Amino acid sequence: MAQWNRSGYFRSSVSRDVNPDLEAERRTASFSVERLTAVLDGGADNTRTRRAMEAVIHRDPVFSREKQYFQSQNERYEAAVRKAVRLKEKMLQRGWTENRPETKYFYRALGGDVAFNVHRVFKNSILALGTDEQIAKWIPLAEKYHIIGTYAQTELGHGTFLRGLETTATFDTSTQEFTLNTPRISAMKWWPGDLGRSATHAVVFAQLYVKGECYGLHPFIVQIRSLRDHLPAPGVTVGDIGPKMNFEHIDNGYLMLQSVTIPRENMLGRFSQVLPDGTYMKRGSDKINYLTMIVTRVEMLWVEVIPALQKACTIAVRYSVVRRQSKLNPGEAEAKILDYQTQQQKLLPLLATAYALHFMNAYVNKFYSKGYTEIREGNFDSLPELHALTSGLKAIITDYCTAGAEVCLRACGGHGYSALSGLPFLYTKVAASCTYEGDNTVLFLQTARYLVKCLAAVHAGQPTPPSVAYLSLTNSRKCWVRTEADLLKPDIYAEAYRRRASRLLSTAAAKLQALIQSGAEEYVAWNRCTVQLVQAAKAHCQYIIVKNFIDTVEKLTNEAEIQKIMKHLCDLFALHGIFSNTGDFLHDGYISGDQMDLVTASYLDLLAVIRSDAVPLVDAFDFTDENLNSALGSYDGHVYQRLYEWAQKSPTNQQVSQAYESYLKPLFQGALSKL
Amino acid sequence: MNQDLRKERASASFNPELLTHLLDGGAERTRRRREIEALVLNDPEFQHEDLNFLSRSQRYEVAIRKSALMVMRLREYGIADPDEIYWFKRMCLGSFVEPLGLHFSMFTNALQNQCTVTQQDKWLPLTYGLQIIGTYAQTEMGHGTHLRGLETTATYDPATQEFILNSPTVTSIKWWPGGLGKTSNYAIVLAQLYTQGQCKGLHAFIVPIRQMGTHEPLPGITVGDIGPKFGYDEMDNGYLKMDNFRIPRENMLMKYAKVEPDGTYVKPLSDKLTYGTMVFIRSLIVGDSARSLCRACTIAIRYSSVRHQSELTPGEPEPQILDYQTQQYKLFPLLATAYAFHCVGAYMKKTYHRITGDINQGNLSELPELHALSAGLKAFTSWTANAGIEECRMACGGHGYSRCSGLPDIYVTFTPSCTYEGENTVMMLQTARFLVKSYTQVSSGQLVSGMVSYLNDLSGQRIQPQQVAARPTAVLINDPASLVEAYKLRASRLVEAAAKNLQAELNRRKSQEDSWNRTSVDLVRASEAHCHYVVVKLFTAQLSEINDAAVHAVMSNLCLLYALYGISKHTGDFLQAGILTNAQVTQVYQRVKELLAAIRPNAVALVDAFDFHDNHLGSVLGRYDGNIYENMFEWAKKSPLNKTEVHESFHKHLKPMQAKL
Repeated sequence: MAQWNRSGYFRSSVSRDVNPDLEAERRTASFSVERLTAVLDGGADNTRTRRAMEAVIHRDPVFSREKQYFQSQNERYEAAVRKAVRLKEKMLQRGWTENRPETKYFYRALGGDVAFNVHRVFKNSILALGTDEQIAKWIPLAEKYHIIGTYAQTELGHGTFLRGLETTATFDTSTQEFTLNTPRISAMKWWPGDLGRSATHAVVFAQLYVKGECYGLHPFIVQIRSLRDHLPAPGVTVGDIGPKMNFEHIDNGYLMLQSVTIPRENMLGRFSQVLPDGTYMKRGSDKINYLTMIVTRVEMLWVEVIPALQKACTIAVRYSVVRRQSKLNPGEAEAKILDYQTQQQKLLPLLATAYALHFMNAYVNKFYSKGYTEIREGNFDSLPELHALTSGLKAIITDYCTAGAEVCLRACGGHGYSALSGLPFLYTKVAASCTYEGDNTVLFLQTARYLVKCLAAVHAGQPTPPSVAYLSLTNSRKCWVRTEADLLKPDIYAEAYRRRASRLLSTAAAKLQALIQSGAEEYVAWNRCTVQLVQAAKAHCQYIIVKNFIDTVEKLTNEAEIQKIMKHLCDLFALHGIFSNTGDFLHDGYISGDQMDLVTASYLDLLAVIRSDAVPLVDAFDFTDENLNSALGSYDGHVYQRLYEWAQKSPTNQQVSQAYESYLKPLFQGALSKL
Repeated sequence: MNQDLRKERASASFNPELLTHLLDGGAERTRRRREIEALVLNDPEFQHEDLNFLSRSQRYEVAIRKSALMVMRLREYGIADPDEIYWFKRMCLGSFVEPLGLHFSMFTNALQNQCTVTQQDKWLPLTYGLQIIGTYAQTEMGHGTHLRGLETTATYDPATQEFILNSPTVTSIKWWPGGLGKTSNYAIVLAQLYTQGQCKGLHAFIVPIRQMGTHEPLPGITVGDIGPKFGYDEMDNGYLKMDNFRIPRENMLMKYAKVEPDGTYVKPLSDKLTYGTMVFIRSLIVGDSARSLCRACTIAIRYSSVRHQSELTPGEPEPQILDYQTQQYKLFPLLATAYAFHCVGAYMKKTYHRITGDINQGNLSELPELHALSAGLKAFTSWTANAGIEECRMACGGHGYSRCSGLPDIYVTFTPSCTYEGENTVMMLQTARFLVKSYTQVSSGQLVSGMVSYLNDLSGQRIQPQQVAARPTAVLINDPASLVEAYKLRASRLVEAAAKNLQAELNRRKSQEDSWNRTSVDLVRASEAHCHYVVVKLFTAQLSEINDAAVHAVMSNLCLLYALYGISKHTGDFLQAGILTNAQVTQVYQRVKELLAAIRPNAVALVDAFDFHDNHLGSVLGRYDGNIYENMFEWAKKSPLNKTEVHESFHKHLKPMQAKL
């Protein structure tokens, strides 16, 4: 075992004192890790900027996460507030604004462990939904943190179905005010981040009533706490919703409003307004609302979700070459657990998935930026496609990353269960993404609805947007694969995925049609097909991801070595997908049983190929030790020492517990005389 | 009671009480269980704050208090039957664990089974009286699965007639044992025995670790808590490092192997007997898989019938989310699985007791199969339940993520069972080893018996992939017995494929170990298919034991759903082996959806039949009365962040910053 002189909490990633088992893995890399990192960052310049920003954060002890796993909910919250405040100071000092691209690197460096994230949503919603006067009034206050805002939409009894929200805002022409009310307990706002203890203001969504008529859901700015002493405003009941699986640093809150009045000007009025005489006015399309949702979904994938899988892979792969267990060959040392085929099967497809999703996200961002500009200019043509694409991808990517992080956790055996592995934290955090910003099942069904429409358009001979153009291609009957090598041709597996997506959608749509024709009401028919429709939407998303991975690899022509390993990963991702869903591909006889045996063989061979580059492939994600916050996954691989020393710092080892004096001592008395 | 739940209960087609009796093993046992549970419920001393609001140190303290109290109450009430103790404790603990758990199980067990009579006389009374509290220290920081790799040493010194215990490296530090960090003053330590200069392998030693009277660690002992974990917050899983720590020769557990005063080592006889204990513990984990999944299903299904969302029919009120096909598709297969695993747990327990009888009469013939089977079933059920609990949690949307749902606690407490008592992949491979051995036996003309006897069919009539017509009978997708056959064929096909692939690797002149490793993905698949077959078979067999027609009808639907859903998730295996045609697979998909609709009216009654008291369930979402929203609010008010109306962070950080900006 190498000498291990601790000079701090974590050593820097350039430490030369590395566990020899890890070092050996790095020596045999088939490509330049640094160049791959640059590819992932979108250029070496970005890598440099990112590292510089990360260094700023890591140098400041306020941002240290060493004690994070030991902290109570209260301490986590306080630390997150402190970090948010410190971050604001830093940004002011250095003149960094929130809209600069490099600011996003802060969030990566902080691991999301900072308060006031919803404050940004508050600002964005005012920018999107407010009039110019409202923006001029509120945004400067929010920028300076003179007010802290949250976005209160979800209620205790209502989430997915916005029209079902129960909070009311009633306009009174005599006072020119809205009165906000929470008519019953299920209408209480529940879950908004920063609401429980921090926020002074909230954008509250409520059903608008004017002169006895309901005009539906509208946004209102409501002050919920005093700016003087931070106490709840009159009529406001506000608090924290209690412990959760994670996100304990955020005070997700509840909010009950009892006859809270706000001036008429506090209704966000870019798209609709109530005039002093009570006239309701609508102007322009509020479709732009969708854009806010899309922005949040696209951002969360980049900031929270995909990095969680990449970090989990980094930790699990590094640990799996340091951990040795049992013998592969008698007489030899115990083997690295990554040399076991079963361990490779758990981790390497996830590693391929992490890359696939990274590239997918890069594509979505490009697609989205283009659409965003068009939409801001009033051209909504690309909105349905953008919405469908981001809904489905949000769902499948959060599913993949959540399931993947959990597999990584269990693949680390007992030590994965320790909080100090970092994996429970990563898992419980990413797991929330399956329900926030749209429940995944609901999102898949939104994508499915769009696909069913597109299919109808294809049948009617109408043009289709690019991401669904494949639906109009004709299907070949049989896959012509004869050898394992044939399976490594991207055209082959892309076609298998395309066909499967196309078939599952056609089957579901045909079933839907048949039910409707047999007299079922459309919504009844829809519900009875939803299991199939979800499967079709998933298959569609998987095809898009495979196709995008193939396209990305093709474009890497300037980086021959990287292109080669990425091609292997792409093959692995695609073949693993077939191997895990054999039934879908066998069902209509497109792939035969014999061909499926070739898929299995080819897939298993790829595991061995990628095994040798596994550590360089996770190194290329370039997470700092501070960022991973894991005893198992640090760059130098000194797993056991770190685990031991970190555990000793646990408060359970520092604080005196009454348990012995009060409960154990009385039991032990009798043994004193006998031992 | 919430109106929706009332309606659900009124519309059930069967009497859940009868099903409860079936699950408990008789009406009398149900009565007795409830009687014991009432003892806890009516005892004010067992009431305490929700552990989720407490820090780890506080939780540990509550847990210790409760452990001590449980011991006293059980004695007071004279409860001594293992099942009854279990009922009592699980009512006290809910989703949580007790730091004294290993004392009552592994520590006491080891003393009972591995001590000489003299040793027993000395240690057992102290153990029963909790005058010493012990744990079982086997796993080390760097070593878990591979026992021979453990590094702790116990070197015999004939001069003083003592063993000298050492943790020679960081990796050799004992790590993970429950109750080791703060609670125990004794441990049974597994160490490599050295005597007369030779290593004699792993042996067990009784080691005092803390001072009687002060509870301080003894000189030469470093002991502590391993820090926060995913769950088990109230448990002091610990580390233990020993530096030249001496214990008397008599502290080696010497029922089997012995070290004489002069250092002479006396070898043990057969060690197959320890198989029995392993089978028993695995059967407990299978039971735990069933129960944890039952609890998660109870919460998710009750919540799904109280929660209303969106529109099914325009203009009508929002429907219960349980009316959505996608929600049924998430939850009902898990409900069926929970019932299936309950059967498996009961079967394993029964078989264990039967075989233990045989063992006492010297008959060990059934033990190897049961040992092999129990490994796979432990892995199969715990993997499935692990995923299923999370599925239930996510089916509860955002509220499932709150600790008030109780689902995070069930999950984090359950998930380590995929790792402890044998890592699941390793367990699957153990079963595979037995399957391959049985296959080889059949290939060489010998018959095999028990659950693997289907392999006998392979010798006469080779499985012919893709030739359905050659089958004696086609699969009937509405007949559980026929589905058992289908699962059997799938298992034989996958066992055969794995065995052949293994042989092919061997033929390439690879070493045994290398070939095994290169085939292990296939081998795990074969094991899974075998276990799946066993579960379907046991569930189907249980149907014949149900007398009540209404209960039988609903259980038949569940059994069918379990079997068909399993096929729908592995259609590739059934298609590739030619067990089902493409058309049949389409029918299976369709039938699964019909069964969802058929089970829907009984869903709440089916979870009510598990008969979990609210206190045991520990979930606001899963309350029997369904009054969830008002109780979520009540629960949230107790959050530590709500102790003061203005949090101190405001004064410490926010106000000063606002002044500066």
